[in-house]
Amino acid sequence: MKNRFWRNFDKALFWFEHRLPIQSFAKHQGEYQTPRNLSYAWNFGSLAGVALMIQIVTGIFLAMNYVPQVDHAFDSVERIMRDVPFGWLIRYVHAVGASMFFGVVYLHIFRGFYYGSYKSPREVLWWFGVIIFLMMMGTAFMGYVLPWGQMSFWGATVITGLFTAFDEVITGLGTGVQQLLLGSFSVDNPTLNRFFALHFLLPFVIFGLVFIHVIALHIHGSSNPTGVAVKSKKDTIPFHPYYTIKDFFGFGIFFLIFAAFVFFAPNYLGHPDNYTPANPLVTPAHIVPEWYFLPFYAILRAVPPIGIPFTSIVFISSKLAGVIAMFGSILIWFVVPWLDRHPVRSGAYRPVFKWFYLLFVINFIILGIMGAKSPDGITWGIPNVIIGRTTTFYYFVYFLFVLPLLSKVEKADELPESIYEYTKKKYGGNIVSVLALALVMGFSGAATANETKEPVQVNWSFDGPLGTVDKQSAQRGFQVFKEVCASCHSAKRLAFRNLQELGFSEAEVKALASQYQVTDGPNDSGDMFQRPGRPSDRIPGPFANSKAAAAANGGATPPDLSLIVKAREDGPNYVYSLLNGFAEKPADVEIPAGKNYNEYFPGNAIGMPKPLSDGQVTYADGTQNTTDQMAKDVVNFLQWAAEPEMESRKQMGVKSVIFLLVFTVFFYIAKKRIWAKIGQ
Amino acid sequence: MSEKSCDTKNTCACAAAAANVQDPAKRDFMVLAASATAGIGAACAGYSLIASMEPADDVRAMSSTEVDISGIAPGQEKRVTWQGKTVFVRHRTPEEIKEAEADDKKQMIDPATDASRVKAGKDEWLVLVGICTHLGCIPNRVPEGWFCPCHGSHYDDSGRIRQGPAPKNLAVPPYKFISDTKIMIG
Repeated sequence: MKNRFWRNFDKALFWFEHRLPIQSFAKHQGEYQTPRNLSYAWNFGSLAGVALMIQIVTGIFLAMNYVPQVDHAFDSVERIMRDVPFGWLIRYVHAVGASMFFGVVYLHIFRGFYYGSYKSPREVLWWFGVIIFLMMMGTAFMGYVLPWGQMSFWGATVITGLFTAFDEVITGLGTGVQQLLLGSFSVDNPTLNRFFALHFLLPFVIFGLVFIHVIALHIHGSSNPTGVAVKSKKDTIPFHPYYTIKDFFGFGIFFLIFAAFVFFAPNYLGHPDNYTPANPLVTPAHIVPEWYFLPFYAILRAVPPIGIPFTSIVFISSKLAGVIAMFGSILIWFVVPWLDRHPVRSGAYRPVFKWFYLLFVINFIILGIMGAKSPDGITWGIPNVIIGRTTTFYYFVYFLFVLPLLSKVEKADELPESIYEYTKKKYGGNIVSVLALALVMGFSGAATANETKEPVQVNWSFDGPLGTVDKQSAQRGFQVFKEVCASCHSAKRLAFRNLQELGFSEAEVKALASQYQVTDGPNDSGDMFQRPGRPSDRIPGPFANSKAAAAANGGATPPDLSLIVKAREDGPNYVYSLLNGFAEKPADVEIPAGKNYNEYFPGNAIGMPKPLSDGQVTYADGTQNTTDQMAKDVVNFLQWAAEPEMESRKQMGVKSVIFLLVFTVFFYIAKKRIWAKIGQ
Repeated sequence: MSEKSCDTKNTCACAAAAANVQDPAKRDFMVLAASATAGIGAACAGYSLIASMEPADDVRAMSSTEVDISGIAPGQEKRVTWQGKTVFVRHRTPEEIKEAEADDKKQMIDPATDASRVKAGKDEWLVLVGICTHLGCIPNRVPEGWFCPCHGSHYDDSGRIRQGPAPKNLAVPPYKFISDTKIMIG
């Protein structure tokens, strides 16, 4: 018999329940009858829901510190990374989380394509899914603009520029729409501000659409790998506890992959160029969207002008045709239920369809790989343009030709009598999808290729999941920075107080800071004045502003070094190689006047003269002051400067991965025990 | 799969098995362990989110304000900002100092000697955080000291609460003389 406290608690619960039946609603949802044979391919829906929640929660906490104004956006993100407690964690979870969200959603969509989930009576469910995907793409695009890095700015320029294609349809229409979206004549502050507002809004719209998506699902219930509809209660089991526990096991796997990226490779799926603040006057060499947009980006670029071959008559320019093809490639998903009318729902029982589907998946991956490549290049011996056009062609042929044809002519395998009779579990189609996803994500890490020499690979102490920065070396590196680099380069994201992390004492830091003059004011007379630095000040740069810096350096602004190792591909190795890479210009090479020859700098002509020579800096601890040693030391310093959180990030990573392994194993065992009750 | 097939001969066991399928009531120990692990994970994640709301490192970094006191004549005071708060820097006259010290032994809401609220040898300088310790308004200067207009707290010439709802004296911030004409607050 329960004690009095719990009896009163029950009474209170009953009082509330009578007025708003949350408990019985939850119980009813738990009893939702689900086919008993769902495979792990059916985990991706709940995973997408979890990913959405993570994005919303981390997003709100980021919004507490982010400033949506062009002069402050980039700095506010760096402030979150460096000064806000756990800020780096929240930022990386949000950035990696976007990739994880798209990852599970792609797997969810491809499950739908293979098992015919879009077929009657689930067409509207499918439509809401496509709308959610379109909203996700808009949200992700706008979110990527917010840090206001080079890729943010130029990606926004390219994608909003797409709309000018419609000038060919009606003069001025495209540019008009573009200006309406931008709020300006080019990507600028009004654009950033409204993208922030909309990026904050859309996830909640997505949440509402997901709610409707689940309601639509519950009307007719889930499909299943056989595609055979539920015929009796023998075919189904209650969602709770069978699929709740299976979903939690899925969450464990999801979080493990998530944690591996967040803690050990947080920038692998991103682009180094976005660690350089946006510069409207300099376009990056290769503008690449995030990996999840690559297939559609490839389609955009692949389409030639539509006209009469062998004449110069063009009906639709390549630009407009590309825009139509790109939007069309997703809009076509809306009509798939009418393109594929084969009576057998699941691809598992359609032997011909299976091969075309596999080809479609591989084709989609190749499209993604092409999206990251330069149109001028050659891959696997074939010009990229040919590959891009062939894969775009097959993409549309699959939907417009293959599916309708197979609907009429394919003879399917014999279907099982019912789900209950079905014994074999099939994972085939979905292993392909998972591998496919892994391939695309893997290739995106190698998106940019350099024509100049590859950087020398050094074994840094900070490499690897347990790596740490060599603090002694970093202290020497700071000395090199201060005595050599700082005459032209700033490191303005570092505050003097941060140097204590390298091992300097509070007194040393105070003394060091007071050696610098910092502009402050205005004073009571209204004038700005100079005063000695304090630990809370950021390290002042050598020039008052970037224009002064450029003027003093032949028109090229020496970049700020706080983030340089993150802002370059293979950063630490690149900077090290560059510093050692000054050499005599080969006789047959021409470089512009005033530039210097460097073997590792893209294009070989660098504005900076050779900064380091043997014996240039005298080390207090007596270490040999060779150029090589100084280069190593300064890279250690710059690595710490770019990622001061690295050590605690990796330590937290080890703990998290161990925790998540325990979590996943526990839920796996629990899942097995619960499913044993029905012999599965 | 080893499930017994539910045929019509065995309806009771079949129904029971079906019922078990539909409502497995006993809570498995592993489920409990797994759920507890999930709870710990959620708590850790939640902690890091809430902790991110604490003042950030750049805010915490001891921000200091330098004040040039050379222009403040006896009987005058200057208001400056330190860590976003108003600070009164008052150059007291000898009469004000005498009055403040005379009250040292009197009954007070928050007893303190005048000497404990100034720097030795520099008792003409009084540095106070100008925020009423009641509900945070900024008191106005009056001949006897300061008076808070919001709810009527009276502070004397040492910034001590003498009458009114405020519970504590006006706070003395950490400060030091870096020269005869400059003080550094914070």
